[in-house]
Amino acid sequence: MIRIEGLNKYYKGLHALKGIDLHVAQGALFSYLGPNGAGKSTTIRILTGLTKATSGDVYLNDFHISRDRVKAKQQCGLVPQSINLDQELTVFENLNIHGMLFHMPVKKRMERMDALLAYVGLLERKRDLVKHLSGGMRRRLMIARALMHAPKILFLDEPTVGLDASIRRRIWALIKKIQQNGATVFLTTHYIEEAEFLAQRVAFLDEGRIVAMDTPHNLMSQLGSWAIDRIMENEMETVYFPTREAAKEYIARQEESFTLRRVNLEDAFLLLTGKKVK
Amino acid sequence: MTYGWIAVYYRELLILRRRLTRLLASMSVSPLLYFIAFGYAMGNEVIIEGRTYMEFLIPGLVAMSGMTHAFAIAGDVNISRFYWHIFEEFQAAPISNLSYVMGEVLAGITRAFISVAVILVLSLFFGVVLSYHNPLFWIAAFLNSFVFASLAVGLAMIVKSHADQGMLTSFVITPMAFLGGTFFPVDRLPVWAQKILFLLPLTHASKAIRSASFDNPVHYSSYLLLTGIGLAFFLISIFCVNRARD
Repeated sequence: MIRIEGLNKYYKGLHALKGIDLHVAQGALFSYLGPNGAGKSTTIRILTGLTKATSGDVYLNDFHISRDRVKAKQQCGLVPQSINLDQELTVFENLNIHGMLFHMPVKKRMERMDALLAYVGLLERKRDLVKHLSGGMRRRLMIARALMHAPKILFLDEPTVGLDASIRRRIWALIKKIQQNGATVFLTTHYIEEAEFLAQRVAFLDEGRIVAMDTPHNLMSQLGSWAIDRIMENEMETVYFPTREAAKEYIARQEESFTLRRVNLEDAFLLLTGKKVK
Repeated sequence: MTYGWIAVYYRELLILRRRLTRLLASMSVSPLLYFIAFGYAMGNEVIIEGRTYMEFLIPGLVAMSGMTHAFAIAGDVNISRFYWHIFEEFQAAPISNLSYVMGEVLAGITRAFISVAVILVLSLFFGVVLSYHNPLFWIAAFLNSFVFASLAVGLAMIVKSHADQGMLTSFVITPMAFLGGTFFPVDRLPVWAQKILFLLPLTHASKAIRSASFDNPVHYSSYLLLTGIGLAFFLISIFCVNRARD
């Protein structure tokens, strides 16, 4: 369970987070969606103790991130946006050191390591140096490392950024599996389809503020089910319809070229903020 | 149950092991050049404090090399902080700042001792053997590396980029290396200069290491001072790690 109350963060001259209130239930898969610079990574950094909040409270399974720092950190695993593996060490050594940092006994470390490497499909690369792994393998290793100490809460900060479509889908399946095994997953992304596919609940973050929070279905259904994109001179206009039939009726009256598609989360985000997510 | 500092130290040891051949080679170059240029060439002609210059030089090089290589941990901490972002892995772990600093300082001390061992082995090839069995020699070498490894970790937390770190080395470590009693006795300088140089920890380390390796009576005040400075830098480093969380 994650509970955030009145979270504010000021950097020099910048109010990065403006009174965030949030509750994520145990075992939920929650997505935090917003454009670059909205405050997603800052929120995750505060939730994992990497950055200090200016004001407000954060509880991870009822442990306060500042007052019960060690216990709160034991609750969570973090997959940061940038690859922060030790390139000069092997896959085994990276996981082993993580286990040591989380005070795991040797026997448990060894058992868990093999199980996790098999889980993310890297068991055969156990003795390889990290610098010899591909980008997708490193991402999967980062997830395995974050799961080493069996955290109850997993934070994923843009876990599929820069990866090709097939690897991204493999990682989505992995994230789903982690959540199905009982962990609470907090995911930040600017890939709309990622949030749509994975999340049970979504919060839209814009300029340090949560502008909407609901299930993906509820956020999208405010607009309708179908959308038509039309190019109007230099701008694109989107019109929404409750049914496909209503959209087709509209198309019949048009002379310009258009695209008919399903409504997505980006439409909901655009409507609420006037901005694109990416 | 593993203590956090063991994990931090173990990581540094693994990296050290991977780089050991390169490291040993680079640790040998400067002392070898000093031995040839200052020691072998001038060797038996110049007598300082009743010893040949080569004998005088070796304890100074032990102090200087210990300082340089203990301080070099700052570069690795910096790379792991700004380039590889591995520092975040430590920050996100349930370990105290004390554990982190202790692990990194021990890594710095280990490097310093490897560099000392390299000098002692090289000195054998030049036919110089001093009183290395004297425990005070090793205590002084330890305190010297403790001071500079602690300083390194603290400064690595304060600097804002890897380039700043290089600047600190140029302004702090390089002058100290040449003026801290490594190549000449500080008491040959004017009194005002001696007073300034006695503020430098390396001057005390050189003096203590030299006295111990010649089996001369040591000034325990130097040991006390190095202990005090080392502890102060260590505590400041713990504070700086906390401050490094933006």
